[in-house]
Amino acid sequence: MDLSYPEKYKAFRQEVIDFLKQNANLAPTADFRLHRPDQKWLDWQALLIEKGYTARTVPKQYGGYGAEPDILAESILTEEFSRAGVSQGLDNQGTSMLVPTLLEVGTEAQRQQWVPGTIRGEIIWAQGYSEPSAGSDLASLKTHARVEDGHFIINGQKIWTSSAQFADMIFILVRTEPDAPKHKGISYLLMPMDLPGIDIRPLVTMTGDATFNEVFLTDVKLPVDQIVGKRGDGWQVANVTLKYERGKLGNPREAQQRFERLVDLMQQETINGTPLMENAVLRDRLLRLQGRILAMTYNGQRVLSSDLKGENPGLAGMLIKLNGTWLNHELAGLAIDVLGELGILYDNSPYENEGDWQRKYMFDLGLMIGGGSTQIQKNIIAERALGMPKEPKYAPGDFPIGGGN
Amino acid sequence: MDFGLSDEQKQLIESLRRFISQQAPLDTVREVAKTNQGYDPDIHQGLVDLGIYSILVPEEYGGAGLTFLDAAVVQETLAGGVIPSTYLGTSIIAPTLFQVAGNDAQKAEWLPKISAGECRIGVGISELCGARAGAKLTLNAGKLQGKVLSVIDAMAADTYLVAVGRDTLALVDAKSPGLKVTQMTGIDRTRSLGELTFNDVACELMGEPAAASAALEQALIAGRIALAADTLGAAQEMLRRTLEYAQQREQFNRPIASFQSLKHLCADMAANLEPCRSLVWYAAHTFDQRPEEAALMACHAKAHLAEVGTMVARTSTEVFGGMGFTDLMGLHYWFKRIGFNRQVLGGPEHVRDEAAILQGWVPENHAKGVAAYASY
Ligand SMILES: Cc1cc2nc3c(=O)[nH]c(=O)nc-3n(C[C@H](O)[C@H](O)[C@H](O)COP(=O)(O)OP(=O)(O)OC[C@H]3O[C@@H](n4cnc5c(N)ncnc54)[C@H](O)[C@@H]3O)c2cc1C
Ligand SMILES: Cc1cc2nc3c(=O)[nH]c(=O)nc-3n(C[C@H](O)[C@H](O)[C@H](O)COP(=O)(O)OP(=O)(O)OC[C@H]3O[C@@H](n4cnc5c(N)ncnc54)[C@H](O)[C@@H]3O)c2cc1C
Repeated sequence: MDLSYPEKYKAFRQEVIDFLKQNANLAPTADFRLHRPDQKWLDWQALLIEKGYTARTVPKQYGGYGAEPDILAESILTEEFSRAGVSQGLDNQGTSMLVPTLLEVGTEAQRQQWVPGTIRGEIIWAQGYSEPSAGSDLASLKTHARVEDGHFIINGQKIWTSSAQFADMIFILVRTEPDAPKHKGISYLLMPMDLPGIDIRPLVTMTGDATFNEVFLTDVKLPVDQIVGKRGDGWQVANVTLKYERGKLGNPREAQQRFERLVDLMQQETINGTPLMENAVLRDRLLRLQGRILAMTYNGQRVLSSDLKGENPGLAGMLIKLNGTWLNHELAGLAIDVLGELGILYDNSPYENEGDWQRKYMFDLGLMIGGGSTQIQKNIIAERALGMPKEPKYAPGDFPIGGGN
Repeated sequence: MDFGLSDEQKQLIESLRRFISQQAPLDTVREVAKTNQGYDPDIHQGLVDLGIYSILVPEEYGGAGLTFLDAAVVQETLAGGVIPSTYLGTSIIAPTLFQVAGNDAQKAEWLPKISAGECRIGVGISELCGARAGAKLTLNAGKLQGKVLSVIDAMAADTYLVAVGRDTLALVDAKSPGLKVTQMTGIDRTRSLGELTFNDVACELMGEPAAASAALEQALIAGRIALAADTLGAAQEMLRRTLEYAQQREQFNRPIASFQSLKHLCADMAANLEPCRSLVWYAAHTFDQRPEEAALMACHAKAHLAEVGTMVARTSTEVFGGMGFTDLMGLHYWFKRIGFNRQVLGGPEHVRDEAAILQGWVPENHAKGVAAYASY
């Protein structure tokens, strides 16, 4: 066990802390899930790229900072930005999923065309994976394309498409090889959202916000070269993207930040003049969650060490999304209970706590479902980490829909 | 930066596991458990030969002078075999007490004996986490009077270290006139707890009040981290046995491991237990490397392992079906270990309360309240 950081990282950490002290006031706070990034966002993004605090390893020729991958530096950045409560740049489907995917498997032309504008926040992407009948079982997707005159002609429907209402582009999974087995017939396409035949209908979530959409596609024409990887390789490419998506969800730093706000809340809120921290039952719930957060925090350090050594962290990595999203949800739930009657307030109602705990509590459920649901995570852990037998596979029609005999 | 166990620590685990499977498998443990002593001379000698008793003893006293993490890893591995031994009291808590409060002569006498496995020291500090009615020790003209409960490794010990209040520490020979040792029969027969009654018993004091009080605090931290490590080892072994059994047992023409309800139970156990390894390792690391964090980390490791350990103990018993409930599989030995560890040196609610006090989250008067019932 050696928890020291080499000397050069101490200087780097200090540099980041100083930067944050001087510039935190420039950081945007508007929610990028509901709107296009405004000028404040774009300026902040530009400043962070210039310093190498975001898009750090994106090569210079694609508009990034061009640093060598350095896991410790990345982890110092995340730590210090999250400690300061400041956004470490735009973290949307484009920057965190599409860009790494193009850098890994895209063509030179695709990288030049899409990466610079995406990391600057000028090109906004949506992720077109899920369909009404293809959720967890993504590979059963039915949206399809035939080829005519050098174009894909796309028909079908996507659902739960976050940001589609203001996105410029979508990376979309489409069945292009109808006769191939289900995982081999899919292609990964890059499509502008303003093509004729695309109809976007917002879906209101339980939080009351319309953060995602239904996307209907009717004879949409897209040139055949707008494809990442080869025809029929879409499943592999999609999995490259999913790897980056899963790596993000459930980070214990989010839980730690929430926890600190919850401690403040329990010290400041009073009932009959007594701080809620003095309620032994609520306090015990708080401390139980603190124990879990600590376990996940040190688990994170262990995973970081594995990454540094180029080893696969195995189970310690697979459980992060499962445990982390649940932990966040529980923290929000405790905050609501701590607030008592005021805990039900919503939509900037007078007396509502600025922690926006109800919205978090609900949105967390979405995060437990999206990006591989809790149950899918448990299947993965049981099968890949514990070596238990795989789920049986059934053919269409093996179970009559709607119960029955 | 390298968060995890070193190659030496991994080798230590391997050699201990080899010893356990060859010299102290469950069948042997079953026989020792019948004696209710929590100790067996052959197993003890084997462990002495492996050098684990010397880990926390400094080199100048003939020990190996290793880190607390090494000792915690040993505790974890011993729990994997539910090994009856006096490791916790003699090799983890006692050296801590001697090093903080012992004078040169006491250290020179006892630390080499601990290192060589030549003494077995029972530790009576449970009143520090709350005294039951009637449990109280006083010192009158150098003689001990009163009662101590839940003394760790009581039945096998030849020597006792007992707390008198919060700032006095006494060393007592087990054969002292006026000392009565009574077994407190519990669920975990691989370990012994006892009640000591003192009637004008001669003792040797260790340390001035300030040193004794610091030593007792350290002992509590050490004991809690070690118990957390023990639960970690026991729970990991229960999960390992459960997975093995579930792959072999068939019902409805398929291994029960293929039922999704059981897969999810096992995934829950694994997902909860795996981060506990990092938590326990880190807590053990703080004990000698980041001492300012150790008291809090010990509380959290103790409480969190109590919760996760209990969950694993119950769930794996369920996955075994009727077999889990019987003595045939012996799964209950680990179940009971986990149950023992949960209660001793502060149950989860108690240590979480201490954690709140340590972080200044409760006002003075509450802190005094807990200190008051803790210091009786
Ligand atoms: C907030 C949010 C944002 C999203 N954003 C996007 C986006 O931008 N783009 C996009 O393409 N998609 C997006 N999604 C969709 C998301 O990927 C899907 O919701 C997810 O894959 C689950 O699919 P489903 O909703 O169809 O549920 P289903 O797959 O129908 O699952 C229903 C229930 O069955 C369980 N289940 C399914 N299969 C199994 C199994 N094998 N074993 C055990 N249990 C099983 C699930 O765990 C769940 O409890 C988003 C979802 C949410 C909630
Ligand atoms: C206290 C006690 C008293 C008993 N007394 C009697 C008695 O007097 N007479 C008598 O005949 N029997 C008796 N039994 C036996 C009892 O009926 C069985 O233990 C019970 O039927 C379970 O079978 P099993 O132990 O073989 O477990 P298994 O069937 O092997 O089950 C092992 C695990 O697999 C799970 N499992 C099995 N099948 C499925 C499935 N399809 N889906 C999901 N999970 C599954 C189980 O829930 C369990 O977790 C007794 C058992 C106990 C514990």
